[in-house]
Amino acid sequence: MSTAPSLYWQPEAECMDREELEQLQLERLEATLSRIYRNVPFYRGKFDEVGFNPDELRSVADLRRLPFTTRDDLRENYPYGLFAVPLRDVVRVHASSGTAGMSTVIGYTRNDVKTWSNLVARVLVAGGVTKDDVVQIAFDYGLFTGAFGFHYGAERLGASVIPISSGNTKRQIRIMQDYKTTALVSTPSYALHLANAMIEAGVHRNALSLKHGLFAGEPWSEATRSEIEDKLKIRATDNYGLSEVIGPGVSGECLEKSGLHVHEDHFLVELVDPGTLEPVAPGQAGELVITTLTKEAFPVVRFRTRDLVTLRGDACPCGRTSIRMSRVTGRTDDMLIIKGVSVFPAQVEAVLREVEGTEPHYQIVIDRKGALDHATVLVEMSESIFFDEMRKQMLLRDTIERRLGSDLGVSFEVKLVQKKALQVARRVIDNRKP
Amino acid sequence: MLRIRNLDAGYGKLSVLRRVSLHVNPGEIVTIVGANGAGKTTLLKAITGLVRARAGEVSFKGQDIRCAPTSRTVAMGCSLVPEGRQVFAGMPVKENLLLGAYVQYRRGRRREVKEDLARIYMLFPVLAQRERQLAGTLSGGEQQMLAIGRALMARPSLIMLDEPSMGLAPLAVKGIFEIIQRISREGSTVLLVEQNARSALKIASRGYVLETGRVVLQGTSEELLANRDVQRAYLGRDVDAGV
Repeated sequence: MSTAPSLYWQPEAECMDREELEQLQLERLEATLSRIYRNVPFYRGKFDEVGFNPDELRSVADLRRLPFTTRDDLRENYPYGLFAVPLRDVVRVHASSGTAGMSTVIGYTRNDVKTWSNLVARVLVAGGVTKDDVVQIAFDYGLFTGAFGFHYGAERLGASVIPISSGNTKRQIRIMQDYKTTALVSTPSYALHLANAMIEAGVHRNALSLKHGLFAGEPWSEATRSEIEDKLKIRATDNYGLSEVIGPGVSGECLEKSGLHVHEDHFLVELVDPGTLEPVAPGQAGELVITTLTKEAFPVVRFRTRDLVTLRGDACPCGRTSIRMSRVTGRTDDMLIIKGVSVFPAQVEAVLREVEGTEPHYQIVIDRKGALDHATVLVEMSESIFFDEMRKQMLLRDTIERRLGSDLGVSFEVKLVQKKALQVARRVIDNRKP
Repeated sequence: MLRIRNLDAGYGKLSVLRRVSLHVNPGEIVTIVGANGAGKTTLLKAITGLVRARAGEVSFKGQDIRCAPTSRTVAMGCSLVPEGRQVFAGMPVKENLLLGAYVQYRRGRRREVKEDLARIYMLFPVLAQRERQLAGTLSGGEQQMLAIGRALMARPSLIMLDEPSMGLAPLAVKGIFEIIQRISREGSTVLLVEQNARSALKIASRGYVLETGRVVLQGTSEELLANRDVQRAYLGRDVDAGV
């Protein structure tokens, strides 16, 4: 006899009374700030600069007196500068995309991994997944947090995990059929690509056992959701997370599909105007700023995610009491998300500069081929190379492609063009529609 | 049940607690661990009004008790088992227990006091055997039982214990922790201050780590037991030497 699937993974936390939650947030914030002030010289310096003594914190709102933390701050402390525990207490290291000196390294203690697993389990349960599900994880396994986060969350839940990783679409479809996969975890664009490939291969959606899809990693629209749901015959939910904060597990949609429940017992969220950095009026869109409340190895204080969202605090019919965030509607910097991987034009530039040895002139063009992103880098060449040495030219192109692939974690097609062929005033041409 | 926000407290010019926040839900066993001088006892004294809180909020059952006199806190159902037991050595066991029923007598509940006494004797049969003995002649473990029994006579909904295992033989410590669990099962909420972090975390559902008057860590007992700082500082395990 099977029991009815549970609606929540940690009901005492997910449905916590707001007043109790505020007390818990205050307690956790106090402990976090005390520890950070003691253990991380970078934060201590920043707190001292604005004359903030953690002992003076009186309420969660006092957090506003503290300076923001940006991705640049994280990069400048590469690799371990912002760890709040000695490396011997760290059991896992992940990293965000980027060339060596430009990435961010994130550490997890044993407790962090456990917290992370539980938070992702919450996301999975909210999306309808139970311990009886077979979860196919089509995120790239590696330094990125997506695959491992869901892997641990699904295992914690007791589901059966297929760690297939990304790519090899035919194999994904075959395994989905043969292994009777019931839940798919991937980027929304890859899910759509899988669906289209299935249709092309003549595999009917009824031949699959798929019921749930949990998608994240890039912006997507309601239209895309309907298309995926229809083509794969599933219920598709959105979830959100970022490596700098923990990875997946920051927030996730329930089956009401009306906003992503933020795990406020572990993350404090604020919305600020990216221009003035002042709090936005309720209901207005703003940049999401996150402070971790329980992270041991890599806590962040007022981290500017650069993601634009809105927040809503009204009650959700699902019973969870948390604040809900909208999908990410835009970015406040030039970060691109290509196949679920974050890429900054400056990273492409750094690779080109290194390979070419001169100031590069380039343009990034992103298209959508079918459901998948296709990224091209156009690079201007000096005339001598362009006209004379075909072999050298091809070698150069291959080198750039290889370097971009290995440093940024996403493949680019490189095209060499004549000098002055580009209007480099526009560094990025994004032809995708979300 | 108990909620503390940003509590500052100290003695004279000496500031001991700095913006301590914590809460205890009904039915929980919550423990506060920390080294000597971390402020654990001061915290309990500030809750019961024995030390004046300088700033912050202390509420018990939804009522502000920050400036309440100790007698009122006790009458409201918040009892303290003080550090070092502090039984009245020159008085017999039974009279020590009856002193704990002071608030009950004031309400004229003589019959209830009799029942309570019987209940305490059930919980601690050894106290019944030594009813007439002077408290000062009891062993350390027995005195601790007496101190707990005396606190229970006030029928507290929250019982706070300050270092109940201090100075006791290992077997007596085990007995005391079993009794705390039993009190909890019988419906009392427990706030337990302990230097013996391992035993305390084993029976508690949550805990706070106090260092130099600040809460530096908080979480479920499971999380705290797995935290390497806690292991190094309070559980006496040399984590770097391997297991």
